[in-house]
Amino acid sequence: MTRVSLLLSALFEPGWNSSEPVLTAVVIGGGAAVVSGVVGVLTVMRGQSFAGHALADVSSAGGAAAFLLGLNPLLGFLLMGVIAAAGMESFAAHRIRERDLATGVVLGAGLGLSALLLYLDVTSKSTTGAAITVMFGSMFAMPPSVVPLALAVGGSALLAIALLYRPLLLSSLDPALARVRGVPVRLIGLCHLLVVAFAVALSAVTVGAILSTALLIGPAAAALRIAGRPGGAMLLAAVIGVAATWGGILIAYDSYDWTGGHGWPVSFCIVTIIFLAYLAAGCPARGKVRAAARPGKAGVQAAGRG
Amino acid sequence: MFASFLVNTWIVATIVAAAAGVVGFFVVLRGNSFAAHALPLGTFPGAAAASLLGINPLFGLLTFSGLGVIGISQLGKAGRPEIATALSLVVLLGLGALFLSMSNEYSQATYALLFGEVLGVSSLEIVPVAVVSAVSLALTALLFRPLLLNAVSPELAEARSVPAGRTDILFLGILALTTSAAVPVVGVLLVFSLTIGPPSAARALTNRPVRAMLLSACLSLLTVWASIALALRLGWPVGFFVGGLGALAYGLGRIRMECVRSRRCRARSG
Repeated sequence: MTRVSLLLSALFEPGWNSSEPVLTAVVIGGGAAVVSGVVGVLTVMRGQSFAGHALADVSSAGGAAAFLLGLNPLLGFLLMGVIAAAGMESFAAHRIRERDLATGVVLGAGLGLSALLLYLDVTSKSTTGAAITVMFGSMFAMPPSVVPLALAVGGSALLAIALLYRPLLLSSLDPALARVRGVPVRLIGLCHLLVVAFAVALSAVTVGAILSTALLIGPAAAALRIAGRPGGAMLLAAVIGVAATWGGILIAYDSYDWTGGHGWPVSFCIVTIIFLAYLAAGCPARGKVRAAARPGKAGVQAAGRG
Repeated sequence: MFASFLVNTWIVATIVAAAAGVVGFFVVLRGNSFAAHALPLGTFPGAAAASLLGINPLFGLLTFSGLGVIGISQLGKAGRPEIATALSLVVLLGLGALFLSMSNEYSQATYALLFGEVLGVSSLEIVPVAVVSAVSLALTALLFRPLLLNAVSPELAEARSVPAGRTDILFLGILALTTSAAVPVVGVLLVFSLTIGPPSAARALTNRPVRAMLLSACLSLLTVWASIALALRLGWPVGFFVGGLGALAYGLGRIRMECVRSRRCRARSG
């Protein structure tokens, strides 16, 4: 018994689950990881990783504006993300190269705006850390008042995915077939980007704008390497995301002792765990490909890659 | 605006903009926007590490953009390129967060690194920036035909013995060189605006590759000069103007393309 408690106290620093900032981080971080994992699977399947990353970066302008106006940061991230999603979809074209270009242009404009707002933050309110907070997140400095709004945002994103599951999946896998079946592909695409904006706003508040891509793409890409079905991949992505987030929070909290009161940033720990999970997920998948390639299937494989 | 302490800024900005415009032509043609965004942003930890170690930031930037190229091309072997790009980017940024937490003088320097800084260019920094930009321009000129062929028709390029994989990596290398030279002036977040905004406008104005490339370099110069002038005038960050003018250039180009297309349709039906 004592050995167990010793182990636990070595693993979890004392104060780990009684400190309020940590609890808030655990709740919001976990929620963000679940939503990002589920939404991320669809994003990766649709080949819209760049759009997912761009939405996160652009929503940082909203975060900076919220800083300036003294609003709830999540609200700022959310509003700007929704505006950017609508902008991207209205610019969007059919060809992938053109779509990426339009995404990039919206991203550039949004980052420019973010530069201006952060500059105004620094000069007008003398909050020198605003750039760091908005770009790299402030997991342990979140007010508990964010929790209800965060849960509402995450819940509505998951609800939207559940309601639109079949048309979303069909239009992601085969847009032509979906159009024949009478699915409004453009509208579904817009809905998907809006849901991504929700998910990304949530994770931008926790791990920061430029690292929220890690929660959106990493677990989903790892899960899609293992799971065969989209539903299973979503579940797995959510699990990987939550494990990485909580593990990251734990390591970051503990690392204050290992490195002499200096601590590693939470986002670094989370990203490292996610990347390791992606690499680990590749090992069995690569074995499978090799096994499949052995009995003279080189032609099929080449066609699949082309 | 043309005070002596700003001469260096104008020189560096001119070099950087010309190179970004030329290389940007291929970014737009090949649809490499995500890589053009991820490579410079991924150099962020390089600058942070250089300031930790007290060496010239350009070396840190070049090292980490090299790591970015390796990451994108190695991870891209197993999965789709955009996933490889996204993952390499987040790993590098995670390292950036780590280095940032180790250094103490972070806030203002970080902001300058992310969004650009007009005033901080010393004359010692000009030479490396000029050398790096010249190398990337020379490589682009040398590889002009294979790059163009590979972008327009990868199959035809393979048939003419231009290997697609090696061309991709070479181009990523050129892109990395160009953008990391531009980072100190425009900032890691907005360099890519310079490599996609002006070229996408240029492509709408002409159909010929060489002319489009030169036009793109000119538009990029105009964008950077206007941005710096406005930034000095109003005291706002350069990045804001680079991003805004880049989007404006793209928008105007898109409108012109639509006009040309509809005129062509009308001529055909009439």
